[in-house]
Amino acid sequence: MKTLIDYLRERLNIVIGTCYVLLALILAYSLYVDKSHAHTWVEQNIPFYWSVFGFAAAAAIIGIAYWFGHSGIMVRKDYYEKKTARCCGCSDKESSSGKTETGGDQ
Amino acid sequence: MINSFVHPALILIIGALILPFVRGPLRKPYLLIVPLLSFAAVVSNSGLSGHLATYQFMDWELVFGRVDRLSTVFAFIMALMAIIGTLYSLHVDNAKEHMAAWFYVAGSLGTIYCGDYLSLFFFWEMMAFASTFLIWFRRDEKALAAGYRYLLIHTIGGVILLAGIMLRYQAVGDIAFDLMDVKNPELYTWLIMIGFGLNAAIVPLHSWLPDAYSSASFNGSVFMCAFTTKTAVYTLARGFAGFDILVLLGVIMALYGVIYAVMENDIRKLLAWSIVSQVGYMVAGVGIGTELAINGASAHAVAHILYKGLLFMGTGSVLYMTGKSKFTELGGLYKKMPATMIFTIVGCLSISAAPFFAAFVSKSMIISAGFETHLNWAAWLLMFGATGTFMYNGLKLPYFLFFGKNNCSEETWEKAADPTWNMQMAMAGSAALCIIVGSAPALLYRLLPYPVHFHPYSGYHIAETLQILGFAALAFFFLKKYLVPEDKICLDMDWFYRMAGRMFLWTAQKPLQWFDTAWGEGYRVAGLGSLMTISRFWSWFDWHAIDGVVDGIARCVRAIGGRVRTLQSGQIQYTIYYAASFTAVILIAYVLFQLS
Repeated sequence: MKTLIDYLRERLNIVIGTCYVLLALILAYSLYVDKSHAHTWVEQNIPFYWSVFGFAAAAAIIGIAYWFGHSGIMVRKDYYEKKTARCCGCSDKESSSGKTETGGDQ
Repeated sequence: MINSFVHPALILIIGALILPFVRGPLRKPYLLIVPLLSFAAVVSNSGLSGHLATYQFMDWELVFGRVDRLSTVFAFIMALMAIIGTLYSLHVDNAKEHMAAWFYVAGSLGTIYCGDYLSLFFFWEMMAFASTFLIWFRRDEKALAAGYRYLLIHTIGGVILLAGIMLRYQAVGDIAFDLMDVKNPELYTWLIMIGFGLNAAIVPLHSWLPDAYSSASFNGSVFMCAFTTKTAVYTLARGFAGFDILVLLGVIMALYGVIYAVMENDIRKLLAWSIVSQVGYMVAGVGIGTELAINGASAHAVAHILYKGLLFMGTGSVLYMTGKSKFTELGGLYKKMPATMIFTIVGCLSISAAPFFAAFVSKSMIISAGFETHLNWAAWLLMFGATGTFMYNGLKLPYFLFFGKNNCSEETWEKAADPTWNMQMAMAGSAALCIIVGSAPALLYRLLPYPVHFHPYSGYHIAETLQILGFAALAFFFLKKYLVPEDKICLDMDWFYRMAGRMFLWTAQKPLQWFDTAWGEGYRVAGLGSLMTISRFWSWFDWHAIDGVVDGIARCVRAIGGRVRTLQSGQIQYTIYYAASFTAVILIAYVLFQLS
């Protein structure tokens, strides 16, 4: 598996090109497929509807998350420890003693 | 086949109590046999139906074995997950961890099979308390604090649930746990729904979930990701099917979880946010309430337990082997953990609803139910959320963990390797089940509460899914620089109760402490000083007045005695002299008195 991935990474442009071809095939398939099972008018009448939806939704989610995160929601990792230290009067050293990230502790 | 009801929770509880006494080479076989027996009991019970294992307690009938299709499908997946989870943690040589996990599963199975609110509450709380230990068993200060927060929130939820149960009993007069009158909700309806909803991590009651699941031990999270929220989904499906508000709450959960998962740096916290999002689909399905929607919620619960368990096992393996769980400390692990990578990617494809993987056959049922009931706004937003699910779970997680920039320290890189055989076997089993369920959905559909007339493998559904996945991947390819994880944490609703707790602590330490100190000082200066002055006066009065009188008499008597004593020298001539003198004085005094 490692060898295969390394092989593909060395030929990244070919991989990317192949992905574009696959996307084109998906688009072509979406034109060909029977749309009688579609739930709404837009699905039935707008070509490549789900392709546009997928791209736009993903871009919107990335944009919203980036804006939301950088508008004050993402804070430094010791945010709560610092707050505790400031509130309760204990030293930073004491308050941050609990933030050791143990994982393989079993 | 046994013809009477065997409670799988009882097997797990007895098994857990015996476990500490089973040591040495028998321990591992025993660890597998107990959950297997529990699963066998569920399979055996599936041939039964009705209210079984009923007991009269005071005026109430307790039902421990309500068997129908809804309880069977949930019990089936819970018991199966108990086997997978125990296999994953088979090498953990701490009986207490397995005991906590089995009590936790027993609580879930007990809740699923119960038919009354009293036994439901008992098993509900068993789940909460047992699972707390799965957090604490990580044994660091962060886990300790997270465990206390988890316990506190679930205790509050339990109290709300109990209040609802008591109000309902007062109003209705029985404790049967059945479908509520959701069209005419009373106060107790809301309270019970909030109690269940807190365990389902309904926004804004959800913050305990990412906090606790990312803090639990590597194997504890594998259990926790399956049981609490899905048991809550079961209770909502049982009691609140068709409750409109759940559609809105479910959609909010689906989207809220997506946004936070996209921002998250911790791989297990990302998955925890993903639970909030995915359980949102189930809650929305319960809210829609049609047969297709309830089938969809049940099917998605089964699929979700399989793929989410697999993802937590994959990320748990990374944590177990490297000790790290942040993207900013990991990366490029395909070279060191190839088997873990493959299993995790199967989980990623499953949650992304890719064709032939688990969620493809379950999530679409809920969304279709939304369109069929003309709740188009909900269905569109759930589709929007599904695209986000693929974004953070199908692309961000595997890319930044296994392929992206290598942020590993030298020590982390040295430690990175595929985990123990039992962990790999558990992951392989889950991965296989994800593919089986996704490729042969009839196996899953046969278990669902209602007859299924849904065909996921239509050409249109496949085309729709491929377009969404393909073009969302294209957006990721172009915009991935905005998704690069940062070593930060995200503020959430827990900010409010953390701040409330901190305010309480501050109030105790600052104003209350100040008042206490001022009161003490004031007392010392004003109260204590005047008290001492008064005390000194009374001491003086006691000494000089009361004692003066008593002591004065005593001193007087003593002085007289002293004088008298000097008269009694023991020499006869002095005695005669004093006696004669005294007599003479008396006589003279008498004569003078007579003469006058």
